[in-house]
This record gives sequence, structure tokens and C-alpha cells, in this order.
Amino acid sequence: MSQHVLSLLVEDTPGLLTRVAGLFARRGFNIESLAVGQTEVPGFSRITVVVNVEGAPLEQVTKQLNKLINVIKVVELEPETTVERDHMLIKVKTDPATRSQVLEAVTLFRARVIDVASDALIIEITGETAKCEAFLRVLEPFGIKELVQSGVLAMGRGSKSITEKVLK
Amino acid sequence: MTNEILTGAQAIVRSLELLGVTDVFGLPGGAILPTYDPLMDSTKIRHILVRHEQGAGHAAEGYASASGKLGVCIATSGPGATNLVTAIADAHMDSVPLLAITGQVNSTSIGTDAFQEADIVGITMPITKHSFLVTKAEDIPATLAAAVLIATTGRPGPVLVDIAKDAQNAKAEFVWPPKVELPGYKPVTKPHGKQVQAAAQMIAESKRPVLYVGGGIVRANASQELLELARITGAPVVTTLMARGAFPDSDPQNLGMPGMHGTVPAVTSLQKSDLLITLGARFDDRVTGQVKTFASNAKVIHIDIDPAEIGKIKFADVPIVGDLKEVLPELNEELRKELGSKKLDLAEWWVFLNDLRKRYPLGYTEPEDGKLSPQFVISRIGEISGPEAIFAAGVGQHQMWSAQFIKYERPNSWLNSGGAGTMGYSVPAAMGAKVAQPERLVWAIDGDGCFQMTNQELATCTINNIPIKVAIINNSSLGMVRQWQTLFYNSRYSNTDLNTGTDTMMVPDFVKLAEAYGALGIRVETEAEVDAAIKLAIETNDRPVVIDFIVGRDAMVWPMVPAGLSNDEVQFARDSRPVWDEGEEE
Repeated sequence: MSQHVLSLLVEDTPGLLTRVAGLFARRGFNIESLAVGQTEVPGFSRITVVVNVEGAPLEQVTKQLNKLINVIKVVELEPETTVERDHMLIKVKTDPATRSQVLEAVTLFRARVIDVASDALIIEITGETAKCEAFLRVLEPFGIKELVQSGVLAMGRGSKSITEKVLK
Repeated sequence: MTNEILTGAQAIVRSLELLGVTDVFGLPGGAILPTYDPLMDSTKIRHILVRHEQGAGHAAEGYASASGKLGVCIATSGPGATNLVTAIADAHMDSVPLLAITGQVNSTSIGTDAFQEADIVGITMPITKHSFLVTKAEDIPATLAAAVLIATTGRPGPVLVDIAKDAQNAKAEFVWPPKVELPGYKPVTKPHGKQVQAAAQMIAESKRPVLYVGGGIVRANASQELLELARITGAPVVTTLMARGAFPDSDPQNLGMPGMHGTVPAVTSLQKSDLLITLGARFDDRVTGQVKTFASNAKVIHIDIDPAEIGKIKFADVPIVGDLKEVLPELNEELRKELGSKKLDLAEWWVFLNDLRKRYPLGYTEPEDGKLSPQFVISRIGEISGPEAIFAAGVGQHQMWSAQFIKYERPNSWLNSGGAGTMGYSVPAAMGAKVAQPERLVWAIDGDGCFQMTNQELATCTINNIPIKVAIINNSSLGMVRQWQTLFYNSRYSNTDLNTGTDTMMVPDFVKLAEAYGALGIRVETEAEVDAAIKLAIETNDRPVVIDFIVGRDAMVWPMVPAGLSNDEVQFARDSRPVWDEGEEE
């Protein structure tokens, strides 16, 4: 099994996410992460999906995705030509003794503190999945109270755009 | 120019008329009531009131499969809509162009568990080509136009349009033609030239090619082009369950049906082939048996309108995406160039195949209980009715015998539920076919199990003057399941006895049932009565006809490849495997 990042350009219609997610479920694919949002073109959204599959079944799922009427384009983003970012919000336990250690880790990882309470901090970190996970491991001993993450966002490098050609 | 103001309901009827729809099958209810009012006034659309929505769905399928046109069915919300689900799933599996229109509760009530509310768009998402929910009257014309476009182009399939009741009642300007925007839908119909060349080259070099023909040829209306390809190559042709009739059975190049109940020559030709020329077929498990050992020495040319079918089950050495109607003329042209005055030398291949044909023809043994042979009955129906007739089968033994023992000479003459295997398809599908092609003789060849699932449409047939002929191949049991119990479950017949035979309780009595529905009911128990009954049925056109053929229950479908086994294990009859030529064993 290997990880693949698929980028889908889709029409922003009701039920779209169900169609896409249902297709993955029907064909027995586990979605590792999924991020959805509007694009620069009104009426069109972009879905970034990370899946764990072999090459041949991946081709089948790509073809099946392309058959969905509201899916305009499906691209597999190759790691070498892609920038990827994950975004996490982490609520970590602190006390006067541990706070400075946590803040040091925040500085080292170039994360940011966005909320402060007497016994906790909310920290945000943006970066490649591996960096975010490394940061989490550093924070774990202090006690993680809550974690939310965006799922991977990915974009091909260079000046080309996924919406070019197809929408203009 | 100002456009007319119509209610959404009127817009539905007007749009369907303008889209060329002339017949619809349906049953009204609360959420679709507004549409049934203007429908009553339409002079262009004939609405046929069914007795169950599943019947409407299969009738629309039969209509489409017999004519190549779009089939349309209408139902109300909730249970009306869910009753269409089986037919929609069936159309999805067999690529039938179907438009299903359902009423939905008021848009303001959606999501409140309102009376007769069901999320039919959600329910049918996995079994439709696409689906729409319409909540505004002004969206109706464009949505219906888009739905018809999607259902009938590319790989055909079912499209569901769910229309809220308040959208049917609201008024809006009627704009025609509407603007249909489907940026994500661009079916490829024209093949890649280089791939066509590569295919032609591969065919020219092959020694044991087979034209593996699927239902795509029928849907693409490409039988003529296929015939030409067969002539140029001289290659053997096998026609799958969905493709029976796509190539004439009388043609010496036709080896018959491949697969689980295929002929020995057809099954073996694929196994021994060095090149499968796959045309609108999808390597269904009922054709391939165990995939690993299926045609293991063959290269594959795979031509299909749906790119997702190519490489799904079996790797394609030459994949070609396109509409067979466009691809085959180009391939034929390339082949003529490639071959010049030469011919493919297939003499040795044909010696092998003809020997198989001689040694393993289709046949059957007479039932030991002295009852009628079902294969004999079905053969006679085919022979007496002739090649222009339409035969719609249910699912099970009678379906396989109908595929095997009726000789098909033209496409759109054999209708059945191939992919989904829907018992109950036959009677409503035959009804739909008769509406689409009233001048043709239409048979429903049904089993006693299948018939009891949808026979209420006989009422629809009688009342609307749709004189179909129903042949019940009555073995008083769920025959195919019983056959598997005989073969694989030590003849323990768990829940397969239906008690419809003459030596049972006979519940129901099909002749009386036919009469209750205003049809002519005939019972046939001996070979001597068979021809006369069939002829009487053909001559009776003032009402439907039901013939209850009481047949032997131990008759089995042969040949057979047991499920999951290699096609090399094909059995000609019980416990008898074909003997290959000595030199042919690998």
C-alpha cells in the first residue's frame, strides 16, 4: 500500500461530497484525509483526498471519480512536484513548570500560540504532515487535551493551474 | 420575445414532449399529483398506469431495450420512489437509458421526516448514472434536458430527477431550448487513431482471435459494423448474455454464448485464444469464471465507451475508448489497409473449433419424470415466433435456456436482466417492449417464481390493450436455486418448492389467475399440445395470453462452469467434461 494525493476539481452542488465519499466507500478505499473548499472560480470547489492504495486500484478509483458528472477533473499530485500542507490546532496542558518548555518547542517548530489559559495553550502549526506529526510527539508528554486538523491541502508547483483549460 | 409562464408541472410535461418522449409508465401519488394534472391533457404523451412502480421501471427498461430509445417512468415520493429502486439498479447494471421522475415533498418540508418523504436521491446515488433534486420551477426544463442527455449518451444509464411538490406548483417562464451546462460530462466517442492502428496490427498477427461481443454492441447499434469486422477477419464470434442477437446465430462464425452456461465451443474459444477482440463487454464474472485462468494466453484489445471498464478486471494490451459505432468503421478501414489482399489464416483455428462444435453441440435430455422438457418448449416458441419477435426473460433456468435455445438473428430481440439478475423483470419488460414496438410479437418467457413477483402488470396489459404473450416455464420451484441444491447441497431442497405444478396444491393456478386478469389462459402438459398453444397465443391479439407450461423440475442448465472455478472446468453435462485434442493440452 502506498499513499497517494488526489486533487479533484468539482462543481459546487448539493450532495457532491456524498457522491465522492460514497464512491470511495463502495469501492473499499479508506480515506486518510479529506479537505474541501471553494476555488478562485465561483461555483467550483476543490477536494484534496489522501488515500492508501496500490497503483491498479487507484487507476480504477480515478476512472470512477471521473464518471461522476459533477467531477470536472481528477489529478494525482506527485510528491516531487507538489507542495503539501497540513494545519493543526492543538490544545496542550501547561503549568508554570512546563510552560516555558512548551513555548520553546513552539519556537523551534515555528508554530504559534493563539490562545492562553492558566492551565493550557492552543497552538497552531502549519507544515508538511511529517513536521506536524513530529511536533505532536514533542507535545505529547505535556498532555494533549484536544486536537483538530485540516487534512492535507496540496497544489502542484509552478505556474499551471488545475482550473486552467477546463473552466476557461 | 416573451416566453410563456407555466407551472412547474406543466413545464415537466412540456419538456418531456419537446424531448421527444411519447410513452411513460407510472403511478400517481401525493407529491407528483400536480404533474399528473397537465399530463392528462397531453396529446403527445401516452401515460400507462401500472399496478406497481417496479413494473413502471421495468416497463421503461423493456421499452428502451426493444427500441434503443429512452425509457421513462414516473412515481410519487417515499414508497413510490423506493419501489423504483430495483428497476433503477437493474438499468444501471445493464446500461439501459432510463429517466425516472419522482415527486418529492415540498422543499420546505425536506429533511423533516414529512409524510411519504424519502431521500431518493441519496438512496439511488450508487445505482444511477446521475441524479438531480429540483426545488425551483425555473430549473425544471434544463434539468430534464440534462437528465435525458446523460441517460442517452456515452454509456447509457438511469438518471433520476426528484422534483419537490412546490416546484411543480410554482410558476416560471418556460425557456426552450434550455441552457444545459455539464462541464464534467464529455463522453469520448471518437477513438485514438494510433490505438486503432495498433489493434489492426495485432489482429493481423493473431492466429486464434475471437470477437468477444458484449451488450455494448446492442446499445451502440453497431451490429452492421460488427458483421463487417467479422467478415474482414473471418474470426469466430461469441455473444454474451447481453449481446444475444447482436450477431446472427445463423451465421457460421457465431459460436454462441460464452460463460457459466455458455456453449463448449464459445467457452473454449476464449480459453484457447491468443487474442480477445473485446467489443462493449466487461469481463463479467459469469463470463470469465476464475479470472486468473481466463483466456490466460490471450492478448486483449478492449474497446468500450466507458474508460473505467478498461483494465478493471483484465489488463488490456490495446485499450480503445470510444463509441463502437465510430470505432468499428475506423478499425475495419485500418484492417483492410493492414491486410491488403491477404486474409487472416485461421484454417487451423477453425478446424479445432468446428471439431468442438461437432462433438459438443447444445442439447438436452428428456426429463425422467415424463413431464415436458422446458428446453423443447422454449425452442418451439423461438422457432414458431421467428426472428422478428421479442423475447423478454425473467431470471433463472428459463432465462439461460431462452438465451441458449432461441436463435436470435437481430439486436433488440432479446431482453433480460443480465447484470442485476432481477426476478420479475420479464412481464413488465415485455409490456414496455410491446408499447415501443407494437407491430412485433412480444413474449415474456418467465419462471413460476419470477412470474409471481410482477404478474399484476397483466392488468395493465389487458386494460391498455397491450397483448403480450407470457410463457410460464412452470417447474413448480425456484429452478436455478434448486439446480445448485442438487449439485452442491446434496439435493437438500431448502425453500425452493413453490407448489405451482399440477401434482401440487397449485397455488396459484396460473390459468385461473390469467383469466382473472382478463387474459387468455392455456395449460400445456404434453409435447403434442405445445405447438397449437403457441400458435393460438400468437393469433390471439385482443388480450394478453398466458401459457402455463408444466415442465419437469429436474431439468438442468448445461453446459455449466461451477461458480468460481476456471472455465477449463466446463462441464458438458453432469460430471462430463469435454475431452480436448491430445496436442492441444498445455
